[in-house]
Amino acid sequence: MMTYEKLLEKTALEDDRFIVMTAENRALVRNLPTSLGNRFIDTGITEQTMLGVAAGLALRGRKPVVHALSAFLTMRAFEFTRTSVGIANLPVKLSSFIPGVLSDGNGPTHQAIEDISIMRGIPGMEVFAPADEEDLIEMLPQIWATENPSYVRINTRPALLKHKPYVFGKAEQIFEGKDCTILTYGFMLEESIKAHQLLSDLGFQVGLVNIRNLKPFDGDLISKLASQTSCFITIEDHFLTGGLFSILAEHLVKNQILIPTHSIAFEDRWFKPGRLAEVLVHEGLDAKSLVEKIQNFIQK
Amino acid sequence: MNEEKIIKLQQFAKRVRNHIVPMASDGGCFLGASLSAVDLLTYLYVDHLNLHKGNLKDENRDYLFLSKGHDVPALYGIFAELGWIEADRLKNHLSTEDHIYWHPNRNIPGVEFHSGSLGQLPSVSIGVAMDIIIRGGENRVYCVMGDGELNEGSCWEAFLVANAYKLDNLTFIIDRNNFQANMATEDLIPLESLVEKFESFGMMTQRIDGHDFNALEKAFSNIKGQTGAQVIICDTVRGKGLPSIEARADRWFCNFSQPEIQELLVELNEGFGANLVAETLVVR
Repeated sequence: MMTYEKLLEKTALEDDRFIVMTAENRALVRNLPTSLGNRFIDTGITEQTMLGVAAGLALRGRKPVVHALSAFLTMRAFEFTRTSVGIANLPVKLSSFIPGVLSDGNGPTHQAIEDISIMRGIPGMEVFAPADEEDLIEMLPQIWATENPSYVRINTRPALLKHKPYVFGKAEQIFEGKDCTILTYGFMLEESIKAHQLLSDLGFQVGLVNIRNLKPFDGDLISKLASQTSCFITIEDHFLTGGLFSILAEHLVKNQILIPTHSIAFEDRWFKPGRLAEVLVHEGLDAKSLVEKIQNFIQK
Repeated sequence: MNEEKIIKLQQFAKRVRNHIVPMASDGGCFLGASLSAVDLLTYLYVDHLNLHKGNLKDENRDYLFLSKGHDVPALYGIFAELGWIEADRLKNHLSTEDHIYWHPNRNIPGVEFHSGSLGQLPSVSIGVAMDIIIRGGENRVYCVMGDGELNEGSCWEAFLVANAYKLDNLTFIIDRNNFQANMATEDLIPLESLVEKFESFGMMTQRIDGHDFNALEKAFSNIKGQTGAQVIICDTVRGKGLPSIEARADRWFCNFSQPEIQELLVELNEGFGANLVAETLVVR
């Protein structure tokens, strides 16, 4: 079975533009030093230096794929990503490990729940959030093929469903539903699928979209769905500000589309650290809690 | 270095200073920081780097990254003298019709990368040096930094990585003019002793008079054959060439009137002190 590491290895072996880098976070790339030799570069616990070095490598024609924990990759290194990578629009590919609730027991220092917001603010930066490992493997070849910088929320959990082929920039519409449509991305698709099933059992007709790309955003699908569903509900393991709810709101306002819109996200606070399953229950992000919230939204 | 060559370099540097001074008007520029770096940059571009108008995009060229950034008028002056850009174009300084502004950008032929945010280009230089080594290239990378810039922690993080990867093709050049934006460096965050600091990071370190072409030639001939990255600390004078603004904390960013610019040019070329009334310490 194809894994993130195997796909990266294959890609780098086929195209010597690829350089694999890490700021001493080897979880996803443990076996690559052997196969890639001097095209594997570990800069130590130096996220900002790693991004600067990546910019230098990209200036020489390389495509560095850089790895670090999400919080440090996005925030410690932010100015290097924005200034050295972003201003020059260099094809540096950020692989962000344990984004959102996937930082489970680490605590607020490791919670990257503003990553979408800050990365999409960089001109030219492409932002993706695959739903699971299958989705990740489906999307990555196209993400890595572009000549723009990109940020990917890495998620290697097993898929709960068979995904549709990825079309760059397009969302994946999984279910149609006139009562409401759930828009979600990354890890939260898991609980959303379970919630969808429970809601269907209760007789609701609920749509479900795996957003896949936060930037570029599939506004065409949103505009189309707005006339086919009664309301949108965004579900994200991200702050309310700057994430999917904001992106959706920007699209709706810009296009003067009027439709009830609800959000499930972290409102101006960090989440309680712990085992992932318990975090979800505590934060009201497990399927059962989602069903209650969504029922309330529909009945509003 | 023979006397004839020294005079040639000195004359070149003076012409560069003549390009720089007029940029300190009508919006101004970082005059003091630009003038301190002129001689070392002149030496590098005229006599040392494998870089000429015909190879500015060649992958085998030497790379010079100007990390301190705000001394870019020195680069503009040098590029004008080398014929990489039209000298007339410098009159477009701060015009939105051109790309000549307070910090470097790649729209100007010869500028390798944008800078202005201090502490960014040491790591970018490392990336370029690493790639040259991976590809088996013979070219070298030079990163010119300000002494005030060394306050930034990212510089020291990059030095650790440069040492770890034994980047023998990479030289960090410190324009040690003893001032940062508003203050003497030693009055704020003391940097000395710098030689010992760099040596303790595993880098072969030399300290020279950054206005002495003989010393520059000797130092840059010594960097060849080293087993890791090197450092050359160039002791310089902020505002070098204009005694009326030299070594002053309050002449970092300068914006003079046209009559003052004329006086400064007379001072530069004929040695008479300029009469300056412009406000000092315009902080950008």
